[in-house]
Amino acid sequence: MSKREGEGCPKRRAEAVQDGDMTSSPVIAAFKVFQQELDTKHDKYERLVKISRDVTIESKRTIFLLHRVTSVPDVEDVLKESDVKLDGVRQKIGQIAEELRGEDINQFHRAFTPGVQEYVEAVSFQHYIRHRTLISLEEINARLVFMKAEKVDPKGSADSLPMGAQVLTFQVMPSDYLLGVADLTGELMRMCISSVGNGDIDTPFQLSQFLRQIHDGFSYIGNTGPYEVSKKLHTLRQSLGKVEDACYTLRVRGSEIPKHMLADVFSSRAALIDPDEGVA
Amino acid sequence: MMSVTEMFSYIQGFLSADQDIREDIRKVVQALEQIAREILTVLQSVHQPSGFKEIPSKCAKARELFCTVRTHIADLKTKFPVEQYYRFHEHWRFVLQRLTFLAAFVVYLETETLVTREEVAQILSIEVVREKGFHLDVEDYLAGVLIMASELSRLAVNSVTAGDYNRPLRISNFINELDSGFRLLNLKNDPLRKRYDGLKYDVKKIEEVVYDLSIRGLAKEPESGGDK
Repeated sequence: MSKREGEGCPKRRAEAVQDGDMTSSPVIAAFKVFQQELDTKHDKYERLVKISRDVTIESKRTIFLLHRVTSVPDVEDVLKESDVKLDGVRQKIGQIAEELRGEDINQFHRAFTPGVQEYVEAVSFQHYIRHRTLISLEEINARLVFMKAEKVDPKGSADSLPMGAQVLTFQVMPSDYLLGVADLTGELMRMCISSVGNGDIDTPFQLSQFLRQIHDGFSYIGNTGPYEVSKKLHTLRQSLGKVEDACYTLRVRGSEIPKHMLADVFSSRAALIDPDEGVA
Repeated sequence: MMSVTEMFSYIQGFLSADQDIREDIRKVVQALEQIAREILTVLQSVHQPSGFKEIPSKCAKARELFCTVRTHIADLKTKFPVEQYYRFHEHWRFVLQRLTFLAAFVVYLETETLVTREEVAQILSIEVVREKGFHLDVEDYLAGVLIMASELSRLAVNSVTAGDYNRPLRISNFINELDSGFRLLNLKNDPLRKRYDGLKYDVKKIEEVVYDLSIRGLAKEPESGGDK
């Protein structure tokens, strides 16, 4: 199949113009309107994809930062730093909300869902480290309320009142929340392995319990959820298995292995974990 | 503070509510697909040699059937919150494109013009702009128009068989204009673009028909009458 013929064939078009100038035909006029409508939509979509990519990158960086909590003395410092980063991410999500003002969110959902999922992953990871609980959808949404000082048109000169702050909200969809939480389990597994490596004996057991709860939750949802959930459930099982194995090893051999050797035992185990999973 | 279990059953509530809506929509869409097939069957008969004389009556019959379409669409509108149109869009996208095609085909057969998006919306009793409610997405409209283009290339062939040598010329002009229209669009690599890529084959086919007619002097086109 040849490629789409571009502007390169004016001959045929010239032939088609038998009945006078085409440019004034109603069909062409209508298509000019469609062109504009489609371009506007595609532009918005592209802008959203770009913001979403930024949200993804910044969220990933926050997650990397949060993984340091297992190896630094002052957890609170890391958490504070991650707060700052997450504030930045939220600002970007505010831009998404701005783009979506007056639109049907679902129409552009595909453009920004990766970013939102990554944000859910980051924010729930931070929440877990801080509170040892699962962040709820409401709690996430509650932080995605943005105050936008309405910009008054320049022509509206001095006498126009400052419109006051305008409230803009972004609602994370339940499916995005679920997928983000599914990704969270991969991070928790990593955290478990690395905390063992640091001689932390309690965290792995807490984590295995938490992961089991999440796993049960996903099993409860089963195939009622979106298609991607069932795919992630498989990875979740693997993560859970690794954490459970780690706890098992700790229980069985913990008393035998000197603390300073634990790191070696587990770092060799961690190496067996495929490098690319849990990253996405 | 919600426990993990509570959180998941809360989400599950969302998901099953969503599934119920989809179930309802699917039922109505099935009814719409049924009636769309009926309309297509009525219109298919124009390809028969005998059907050419019956075009007006077939169109009238099709327009009658569109009444049922309107009832079903009215029913569909009640199945979900209107601001969530795109959440469930995939369910009726296909059938709405078919219906657009059918409406466009009827209008073409009646007046030999391209149906406007407003006319289609009117025939289906829906809106053009999203803000006003259940509407016809511009891409679905365009997809429907492209389906009609391939139907017309078939009609060109069959009208020659039926002895109507002028119709292919008119169809050719019409399709060429449509082609120029589509060239104005900057399509992304999406299903619409894929379908548009098929338009050139329809154009080609009609050109071949016109060529066959003109070298045999069968086409009575005023300007091209000189070629032998």
